[in-house]
Amino acid sequence: MRNITLSQAVNEALAEEMRRDETVFIIGEDVAEAGTPFKVLSGLVEEFGTARVVDTPIAEPGFMGLAVGAAMTGSRPVVDLMFGDFIYLIMDQLCNQAAKTHYMSGGKLSVPLVLRTNLGATRRSAAQHSQSLHALVAHIPGLKVALPSSAYEAKGLMKTAIRDNNPVVIFEDKLMYNDKAPVPEEEYLIPFGEANIKREGTDITLIGTSSMVQVCEKAAEMLAAEGISAEVIDPRTIVPLDEKTLIESAKKTSRVIVVDEGHQSFGITGEIAGRINEKAFYHLDAPVLRMGAMDVPVPFSPALEDITVPTPEAVAENARKLMSGEMIHAA
Amino acid sequence: MAKSKTNTEDYLTMYRQMVRIRTFEDNANQLYLSAKMPGLTHMYSGEEAVAVGICEALRVTDKITSTHRGHGHCVAKGAEFKEMFCELLGKEEGYCRGKGGSMHIADQSNGNLGANAIVGGSMGIATGAAFSAKLLGKDDVTVCFFGDGATAQGLMYEVMNMAALWNLPVIYACENNGYSEYTRTDEIAAGSITARAEAFGIEAHQVDGQDVLAVNALTQKLVDRARKGEGPFFMELMTYRYHGHHVGDINREYYRSKEEEKDWKENRDPIIRFRSWLVEEGIASEEDLDAMNAEIKQDAADAVEYALNAKYPDVSEVDMHVYTDIEHALARDTA
Ligand SMILES: Cc1ncc(C[n+]2csc(CCOP(=O)(O)OP(=O)(O)O)c2C)c(N)n1
Ligand SMILES: [Mg+2]
Repeated sequence: MRNITLSQAVNEALAEEMRRDETVFIIGEDVAEAGTPFKVLSGLVEEFGTARVVDTPIAEPGFMGLAVGAAMTGSRPVVDLMFGDFIYLIMDQLCNQAAKTHYMSGGKLSVPLVLRTNLGATRRSAAQHSQSLHALVAHIPGLKVALPSSAYEAKGLMKTAIRDNNPVVIFEDKLMYNDKAPVPEEEYLIPFGEANIKREGTDITLIGTSSMVQVCEKAAEMLAAEGISAEVIDPRTIVPLDEKTLIESAKKTSRVIVVDEGHQSFGITGEIAGRINEKAFYHLDAPVLRMGAMDVPVPFSPALEDITVPTPEAVAENARKLMSGEMIHAA
Repeated sequence: MAKSKTNTEDYLTMYRQMVRIRTFEDNANQLYLSAKMPGLTHMYSGEEAVAVGICEALRVTDKITSTHRGHGHCVAKGAEFKEMFCELLGKEEGYCRGKGGSMHIADQSNGNLGANAIVGGSMGIATGAAFSAKLLGKDDVTVCFFGDGATAQGLMYEVMNMAALWNLPVIYACENNGYSEYTRTDEIAAGSITARAEAFGIEAHQVDGQDVLAVNALTQKLVDRARKGEGPFFMELMTYRYHGHHVGDINREYYRSKEEEKDWKENRDPIIRFRSWLVEEGIASEEDLDAMNAEIKQDAADAVEYALNAKYPDVSEVDMHVYTDIEHALARDTA
């Protein structure tokens, strides 16, 4: 199988879906000739023209709102939000309008829209260009949320998102745009709500999202060398969430760490830990551990920024503590 | 009254639709006062010529977006009393199966993309519907209704800019009723309202919103031009709401006088004005119009009665329609 970058994978997914369905269009800032600051969309305007790869003014609520209306009337917009941090600007259009329209209309109107944006710190971009805000939108009923962990997932999830009749938010990790992974030449889709067991194990479950899947895999390797068998699971979509796979793994291994790059408090890690506690409590030999990003705005200085996100070393260290029965949260 | 070249039937339809809105609102108000309606609602009474003058210039396939004061738009775009009252009362047979209520009433069968409880919240949606029509090669026009208060929202400027850049077939219809909630428009809007659109190169008109023929004549012209790709356009419709901001806003003298209300109701009422014109022009007799009024009154009474006795949605519907493809959202994640 060929290896392509995450960026190419997204580009291919969009091109394939735009060829397949003429109602699909891309809208956002500098998406056409510039192909976005990350160059993810390069070449698309040449094939599909400016009517379907639409450069907008710098008006996030405006083009997000426009996309909602377009989606309600027969088009399938893919909104490009340059940085995940800008999601605060479009909250009304995303959460009050897009997310609720199907419900408020008793199922008569629908909003088949994709919001593609990004997450991830350690690019030395400071507090307003480094956040991982997927928990904010996962909180809102009516939105689906996908978190690709490699080029393979990025392509398959994007194609599924475009064909979905609901508003879907996809967060790509901006540090992974140039990472290569094997991606089949032939068409494939990845269904929502199906977790991927990346590595099987028996002693402890490491649940990771987005780039934290790699972090968990590295931790699992370190642990393997010490004789600890870690299972690594990538939920791939957090809404819908494949609870079944997560709970089964928790029951099997009896120890779980949940790793995610959003802030730890009130976030994805707490949500998943809560569900495991509710549904696998009597199978657990240790408290479910949350590892999110530190609850501070993302600092600029490399010396500070690097300690705010979970690392393979930190995950492995916590796994060892859980295995040894150490009370790591005795406050 | 401004004359336009519509025929007798069109005139009578406009009259009928205005009376239907007024009658609908009188009944809705009564439902509130008798504590039969859950929540609050915002009455459209007094502004009928705006919704009717505009919607009578549209096709069924044309789209509108509406506001918290949206019953008038909904009726004018072709909705039925029965489904509307059912929705106001939270009943299963309502347009939105009781999930939307007064502030979210939508009727996609007639191109009403929905009322919106966020002031200015539908401006993006209307502009997007126009974008969609252009992208898909349809000649639908979209009218975006909003109040004077919504002109303070930034979204309006963002989407007018894009609509003008891309010549979208959208008409922004500002219903200037002189107040946003309990505040006079001149206290919240600096400068001219039409000039806001003109700054983007959008042709803007101010029109007497109590004159249904003037509103209709202007809209017909603008809709035709928008269909040909000459849009967008902007209309400021000078109008007045008779009731309080919502049905519970009873003592209003701290923000507007009884004399002012009386003047609008007695001297500028859109229905009275149009009615005397119809009679003077020999288009209809007083008796014809009285008969029409009585028929509408009966229709409304029947619809209210029906809605009061209609059933609520089954509780199992609470987690339906969250997603298009997951029948019951709360069953989705269960292990
Ligand atoms: C974003 C937002 N802010 C405030 C409100 C509360 N609110 C509801 S209606 C209204 C006044 C709107 O005035 P206008 O746009 O002139 O419409 P009108 O009620 O006069 O028809 C306000 C402030 C709201 N619903 N949404
Ligand atoms: Mg007003």
